Amino acid sequence: MTNANEQPNALQVVIGGEAGQGLVTISELLCRSLVRAGYHIVATQSYMSRIRGGHNTFAIRVASAPIAAPQEPIDLLVALNADTFQRHRPELAPGALVIADEKEDIRDVPVLNVPFERLASKTAENMAACGIVGAILGLERATLEHALESFFDGKHPEGAEDNRKAISSAYDWIGAQKVAFRNLPAPPRSAAPIMLNGNEALALGALNAGVKFCAFYPMTPATTVPLTLIKHAGKMGTVVEQAEDEIAAINMAIGASFAGAPAMVATSGGGFALMVESVSLAGMTETPVVIVVAQRPAPATGLPTRTEQADLEFVLHAGHGEFPRAILTPGSVEECFELAQKAFLLADRYQGPVFLLTDQFLADTYRDIVPFTLDTPPHWPAPPEPDNPPYKRYALTETGISPRLIPGLSRHRVVADSDEHTEDGHITEDLDVRRAMVEKRLHKMLGLEAEVSPPVFQGDAHPDLLLVSWGSSRGAVEEAAAIVRAGGTRAGTLHFPQVWPLVPKHFLDTLTSAPTVVAIEGNATGQFARLIRAETGFHIPHHVLRYDGLPFTPEYILRRLPHGTTA
Amino acid sequence: MEQPPDTPVTLPDYGEYETAWCPGCGNFGILKAVKQALVACQLRPESVLFVSGIGQAAKAPHYLNANLFNGLHGRALPVATGAKLANRALTVIVESGDGCLYGEGGNHLIAAIRRNIHVTVLTHNNQIYGLTKGQASPTSMEGFVTKAQPDGVHSQPFNPMATAVAMKAGFAARGFSGMPDHLAGLIQAGINHPGFALIDILQPCVSFNKVNTFAWYKSRCRDVANTHDPANWEAAMKLAFQWDDWIPVGILYKNDRAPFESYFPACAPGPLAEQPVDRNALRQILLSYA
Ligand SMILES: Cc1ncc(C[n+]2csc(CCOP(=O)(O)OP(=O)(O)O)c2C)c(N)n1
Ligand code: SF4
Ligand SMILES: [Mg+2]
Repeated sequence: MTNANEQPNALQVVIGGEAGQGLVTISELLCRSLVRAGYHIVATQSYMSRIRGGHNTFAIRVASAPIAAPQEPIDLLVALNADTFQRHRPELAPGALVIADEKEDIRDVPVLNVPFERLASKTAENMAACGIVGAILGLERATLEHALESFFDGKHPEGAEDNRKAISSAYDWIGAQKVAFRNLPAPPRSAAPIMLNGNEALALGALNAGVKFCAFYPMTPATTVPLTLIKHAGKMGTVVEQAEDEIAAINMAIGASFAGAPAMVATSGGGFALMVESVSLAGMTETPVVIVVAQRPAPATGLPTRTEQADLEFVLHAGHGEFPRAILTPGSVEECFELAQKAFLLADRYQGPVFLLTDQFLADTYRDIVPFTLDTPPHWPAPPEPDNPPYKRYALTETGISPRLIPGLSRHRVVADSDEHTEDGHITEDLDVRRAMVEKRLHKMLGLEAEVSPPVFQGDAHPDLLLVSWGSSRGAVEEAAAIVRAGGTRAGTLHFPQVWPLVPKHFLDTLTSAPTVVAIEGNATGQFARLIRAETGFHIPHHVLRYDGLPFTPEYILRRLPHGTTA
Repeated sequence: MEQPPDTPVTLPDYGEYETAWCPGCGNFGILKAVKQALVACQLRPESVLFVSGIGQAAKAPHYLNANLFNGLHGRALPVATGAKLANRALTVIVESGDGCLYGEGGNHLIAAIRRNIHVTVLTHNNQIYGLTKGQASPTSMEGFVTKAQPDGVHSQPFNPMATAVAMKAGFAARGFSGMPDHLAGLIQAGINHPGFALIDILQPCVSFNKVNTFAWYKSRCRDVANTHDPANWEAAMKLAFQWDDWIPVGILYKNDRAPFESYFPACAPGPLAEQPVDRNALRQILLSYA
C-alpha cells in the first residue's frame, strides 16, 4: 500500500447499501476493531424506516486524535450496490477511493474493483468488504478476526468460519494489489477503550444510578434504551416490561416508583404525547420518574429513523398545571452516562418528573469511550419514620420536599392523590390547602435551580463569535468553532447540558459580552433561543437551524455562519 | 391506632370515615364488604395498597385506612402492575368505576388479564358515569336514556364477565353491593387467588341510574355457587352471557395460571427498593462493550 498525498488526522469511511445486506453487522465490526486498535471514531447511521431495501449508510469517521462530530466529505466509499456510488459521488473528497464489486461500472474516480464472488461465499461477501476496508486502513488481520469471534460468541460455527475465511481472503487479495490510499497515523493510545452509542451509555448510566424498573412501548429511536436494560436485567436485577401502550408504560413506572423502585420510561415524541397526562400525575403525586425522550422529526409520525431537536418546547410544557421539572440534554455519549445518573438523583431528591432529552443522532452514534468509573452516586437518606400516625406524605416543609416513605416498607400508611390533597394525602377541596400545596410543589424549583448543570464554555476568552448549542449538536458546534479559530477569529462555544431550569447568572454575561451570538439548533424555529429570550430578555440574533432529518456537521454550520463573522 | 403486628386485625383497624357519596348509594355496601374481606384475610393495613382512578367509586379507598395511590381516570391498572412488580409482598387492590376500568382504561384491563398479574380488581359497576353526572358508561344497556344520549344508547354494552372468561382470566366473579356478606366472600377469594382477579360489582347509583335500581338488581341476582364449577370454562362462558331475569353472581371462572410477577427473577429476592446495585457486575458489563 502506498501513501497518497498528505497524512491527515482523520478520514471518513462510508459504507452504503440496502437494508438486509449485513451493512450494520460489518460496520459495527469495523468500528469495534478500530476502537480496539486505539482509534477514535464517530460512527453515525443513516437508515430508512424499513427492514429490507431502501438506501442505508453507516458513516465511520476515524481519527488518531480525539474527534467529536461527523464530517461530510467521504475519503473511502464502500458501495455495496450501484445506487450508493451514484448518491454519494458528490461528497467524495479529493483523493477519495471507491470500493465496489468488479461487476459495477464505475468510472472517472479512483476505484478498487473487488472480485467479491471469488473472495467469499455469497452470504459472506459483505464480510470480505469489511476485510478490504480493514486492510486498507492498516488494521491487523487478527484485530478483525477477534472482533468477529466476539460477535459470533461461539454460536453458528459454520457462519463464523465462512466469515473468517472471507476476511482472510480479502487480506490475501489486497496484499497483491497496489492500492493508492493514505494511511492514518498510528493511534497513540494504550488505554483499553469501549464502544458505546448514546442509548447504551444512557442505559448504563441509569443502571449505575440504581434503576430497577423500566416500562416501554417500542418506538424508534428510543427502543435500544430498554433493550440494553433487558440485555443486562439478569445480572443487574432490573424489571423491564413492554407495556400495552405508552400511557401504561409511564403509569407502571409511577406505580413501581411509588412502591420504591427507581423507575424510568423511554420513548420518542409521539409516544411521549400519550404520556403527557401522567407527567402531570408525577408532578402532583410527587413521584420520581425519569423520562427519556429521544427526538425524531415530527409532526406526527414524521421521519421515524432520522434526527431532530424540535421537542424542547413540548417537553418543557408537557403536562397540565404548574409543577417543577428538570430537563437534561446530553451533548455526547459520555454525557448520556453522566446525566442519566443525575436524572435519577434529581428525580429522587425533588420527587417528580426529570427528563433526558436526546435524539436519534445521539442515540445511535457509536463512539470510543474510556470506561466510566462507577462511583456510587450520593444517596438521599431515607427520611426518619415518624413515631405516631398519621404520617404526612405531603408535609409542608421549608424546601417543599416532604419526607417520602415507601408503602409496605414502613409501619405507616402512605397515601398519594392526583386530586388536590391534604398533607396526609387525602382528597380535599379546601382552597387554603390548595394554595399552600401549589406553593409547596413550586418551592422545589429553588432546590432544582441550585443543582443545575451549568452551560459549558469552550474556546477563546472574550470571543468575537459565540456559538450556542444544547443537546446533541455539541460536537459539531465545537469542531466548527475550532476551525473558525484556526482561521484567525476569536470563537467560543456555549453548550447547555441542561435547558431547564435556566439560571441566567450562569451564562448571561457570556451572551451579552460577545459581539456575535449564533444559536445552533436542530429545529426550524429556534426554540432554545426563544426560551433564553423568555427567561432573560436576551435576543440571540443569528440562527443556524437544521430540520432535514440529518445531524449537524461542522461543514453545515460553517456554510451558514453569518457573513463577516469569520476572518 | 398503631398496634403490635401480632394482634389480630379487626374492623376498627380499617377505620370509619365521612364519605362524599349520596345517601343510599351502592358504594356503601361495597366499602363494608371490602373492609370485611380485609379483616377475614387478616391483612394489616400497611401491607395493603389500594390503587384507584377517578370517579365516585375511585374515592372508596380514601374511606378506609390503608396505603393508597389515587391516580388518573382509567390508569389504575398500570400503576397497580408497576407497584406489584416492585414489591410482590404488597397486597394490591384496584378499586374504580365501570367508566374508569372498562372505558378509559379498557386496553389496560385486556393487558392485565393477559399478564395475570396478582392484582385484585373491584369494579363498582353502576352502569353510568356518576361523578360527571349521569352520562352512559360502557356497561349502560342499549336504549338507556341520559342527557348525553337523549335517544338512548346505540352501542351494545361491554360484557366484563364474558370478556374475562373468554380471555381465561385467572379469576372472574360478579357480586352485588346489596349482598355485602356474599360480596365480602368473593373479595376474600379474589385477594387470595394468586393471579389476576376481576370482581365486577353491580352497584345501584340512586342519583343517576333510574333503570338499574337496587330493586332491579335484587330481584335478579342469584348465586351460582351450588350449581356451577368455576373450573368449567364452557359453563362459565354460558353464565357470562346470562343477563335477564336472572343475573348470576358468584365465582364464574377460575384457573391456576402462574402469576405474571413469578416470571421476573428480579422480583424474587424482595422489594426492588431494597436490592443493591451490583457495581462489580456492572463493571464487567461495561468492559464487555470493548
Ligand atoms: C382523562 C379524564 N377524562 C375525563 C375525566 C372526567 N371523569 C371523571 S370520572 C368520569 C367517569 C366516572 O364514571 P365511572 O368510572 O363509572 O365512576 P363512577 O363515578 O360512576 O363511580 C369522568 C368521565 C377525567 N377525570 N379524566
Ligand atoms: S352519584 Fe351515584 S354512584 Fe355517585 S355517590 Fe351518588 S349514588 Fe353513588
Ligand atoms: Mg360508574
